[in-house]
Amino acid sequence: MEQVLNPLAIAHQHVVFEDGLTLDGGAHLPRLVVAYRTYGTLHPSRDNAILVCHALTGDQYVAEPHPLTGKPGWWEMLVGPGKPVDTERYFVVCANVLGGCMGSSGPRSPRDEDTAELWGTDFPPITIRDMVRAQARLIAHLGIERLFAVIGGSMGGMQVLEWAATYPERVFAAIPIATAAYHSAQNIAFNEVGRQAIFADPDWAGGRYWREGRIPARGLAVARMVAHITYLSEQALTRKFGRRLRAASVLGPYSDVFEVESYLQHQGSSFVRRFDANAYLAITRAMDYFDLAADHGGEVAAAFAGTKTRFCLVSFSSDWLFPTSESRAIVRALNRVAANVSFVEIETDKGHDAFLLDEPDFHRTLRGFLDGCAQHAGLSSAGAP
Amino acid sequence: MTLAEPPVPVRYVAKNMRVDLELIAGMIAPKTRVLDIGCGDGALITHLFHTKACDARGIEIDMKQVTQAVAHGLPVMQGDADSDLAHYPDGAFDYVVLSRTLQAVGRPREVLRQMLRIGARAVVSFPNFGHWRVRWQLLARGRMPMTPTWDRMWYETPNIHPCTIRDFFELCAREGYAVERWLAADDSGRRAPWRRAPWLANLFGEQAVFLLRRQR
Repeated sequence: MEQVLNPLAIAHQHVVFEDGLTLDGGAHLPRLVVAYRTYGTLHPSRDNAILVCHALTGDQYVAEPHPLTGKPGWWEMLVGPGKPVDTERYFVVCANVLGGCMGSSGPRSPRDEDTAELWGTDFPPITIRDMVRAQARLIAHLGIERLFAVIGGSMGGMQVLEWAATYPERVFAAIPIATAAYHSAQNIAFNEVGRQAIFADPDWAGGRYWREGRIPARGLAVARMVAHITYLSEQALTRKFGRRLRAASVLGPYSDVFEVESYLQHQGSSFVRRFDANAYLAITRAMDYFDLAADHGGEVAAAFAGTKTRFCLVSFSSDWLFPTSESRAIVRALNRVAANVSFVEIETDKGHDAFLLDEPDFHRTLRGFLDGCAQHAGLSSAGAP
Repeated sequence: MTLAEPPVPVRYVAKNMRVDLELIAGMIAPKTRVLDIGCGDGALITHLFHTKACDARGIEIDMKQVTQAVAHGLPVMQGDADSDLAHYPDGAFDYVVLSRTLQAVGRPREVLRQMLRIGARAVVSFPNFGHWRVRWQLLARGRMPMTPTWDRMWYETPNIHPCTIRDFFELCAREGYAVERWLAADDSGRRAPWRRAPWLANLFGEQAVFLLRRQR
């Protein structure tokens, strides 16, 4: 196995809330750490803040090189000076989710300040709403009363929906992208395959691998490979690889033969270098628990009753993990409460991953929607106060 | 064997947006909540927002137009008049607008019902199939009329439910909708001078705009 960098070795910008956080599951996290990054300048009127919520395996490094991998920020195409989410105009905040492994409280973080003992599998179960509550603490800490916008794709979109439902008066505009109001049985099933792969790896050691300096690299890589297939589409895989064979491959059932196989293996092994297995378990569970309707008497619409937030939903035509029908169901729920909602399905063959890729129609939509909202919010167009 | 050409997506009749927009906007009070069904690229919404400070939103079936509208900062969602109105609550809007789309929906009567359920008033514009040129072509040639307004062959027209001004009056009476205002105009928007004579308007008006109200 290649050398694995220790995510703990990096100092992430963070804030500590010593009073901790009471979680949906009833447990109380004694000490809450939220790691985050900001881009741009907060107006003195504090009205130009945009919170970006990251997806399952994302992190707070939205628009700068990743400290572990050195790769560009995961949404650098969208967030930055002159980009659709223009950091010359908006103050952009992104926090590592609760349960994550890039500095926020999670299975990979110390139980308390003094001990080197990590939470591991003792980290209490968390929900999407817990993640949002932790972000809300950060936002209040930054002195922001109302967010101009909350944006996120996939699990980030779940957080956007939860923000709009839990703190309606603190969200002027909400942009849930390629997401759903609940995690479907099929999506839970895929997550479970990933979790079982991790459990089955002897190096997982009942979740205490970090004590022995081991990492369930095989299991986590397989989990990533399965998940990665769900992020793509059949057309995208065919376009990229088709049935092409690897150069100099030996035909046989026990060796890599097709290009798509080595691609997936690369996805798996590079993921292991930056992500923690227990964090993966905790966050996939949080996604599985997500069901906005169940939390509001069986009606998604009830979650948004009386909302003044302006919504923009975006889906992608070839996304089968969070298909357009799920976004449309949210749109209809919002229609039921006469909410202000825009909805666009972007035509693409890139599958769920499209929200991270170069999709000009998507980027135009996002830029235009934010412009329109800025006009309605009375936001000055100049970056200067 | 030759392969059939992929079907060209059929759109609603071309809109003379400027004319239609002005006639419709003239029936809408300032600072009201408006839903524009079949809003295209959102020209009416922009107009109502800028000139009348309305809270105007739109539904459009064509995704290209929706993307265009949202990219211009307009609150527009992709949706269908036939299926998406049922999801709105009663009385959510002051006006619900259906501009030159009624003749193209699957169930016009149901769409009108929904419009007057979710809105206190409905503004409906449609091209008049009773215009003398349409009548003359059918009479003289014995074939489906082809005019600047009705310009698609019968087998590819999206306009599956054409009606005349008198038909529309009759439907309103049958459904119990009060006609608060109405007008007939030619395609360049000149109002026809037969405001008190529906039968003349039905003969010379190329399009009609109605303002309907729910009966209390």
